[in-house]
Amino acid sequence: MTKTVVEKETKAKSAADVPWNVVVHNDPVNLMSYVTMVFQKVFGYSRVRAERHMMEVHRKGRSIVWSGGRERAEFYVQQLHGHLLLATVEKSQ
Amino acid sequence: MLRIIPYSADPDENKAAEGRLFSKPESEEGHLSADWKIYVEPELRHLFQTAVKIVETDLKKLRKRKSENDPPEYRLKIPAIHMEAWLNATNQARLVLAAQHEFSDEELGGGIPVSITTAKELGLFQINFYGFLQECFLRILEQE
Repeated sequence: MTKTVVEKETKAKSAADVPWNVVVHNDPVNLMSYVTMVFQKVFGYSRVRAERHMMEVHRKGRSIVWSGGRERAEFYVQQLHGHLLLATVEKSQ
Repeated sequence: MLRIIPYSADPDENKAAEGRLFSKPESEEGHLSADWKIYVEPELRHLFQTAVKIVETDLKKLRKRKSENDPPEYRLKIPAIHMEAWLNATNQARLVLAAQHEFSDEELGGGIPVSITTAKELGLFQINFYGFLQECFLRILEQE
């Protein structure tokens, strides 16, 4: 009996823990230097890491810039929209 | 060119421009999109309008320099704390212009037009000029 309850709780917790991704999409208007600055400002990334994500957006069309809880992901997307970047939140695969 | 930044940043009911300034928070329409429109979009709208108002206020201080030169010279002082507002407002203008004129990636990457005889050529010139301003602002912010 106890074992069944523990298993159910574990399954529920796992579903809630599924991380969410913050994805930035390419836009031909935004300057690369501007996008880099926004990543540093919003996420506190180093210049090197911010430039890596910026180049991924530029070359591949998108980059997963952050993963974690849903609420935080939505907050970050709002921040990125405030800086006029194209960003979406999606459930991690 | 500076004085029309606020005008250029206004989507003016152009659906493509509005859609770009207020893009969707998820790739497929879901519950988040509906809540976003109600709770987040008004905050973003206020943020964008505040940035443009700061730029408008700074532009009122544009002063003609006492000079014998022709054409006349002007000086504009932008406080350092307003730099981010200028970045935001010029970016709004660039995005709205690009959406309104439906510039292709090739046109956007083609640089400054050689001549400005149409509204579209003016729009492309503005996008490039405001981009140059943004690079200047970013360099100043980097040094702080």
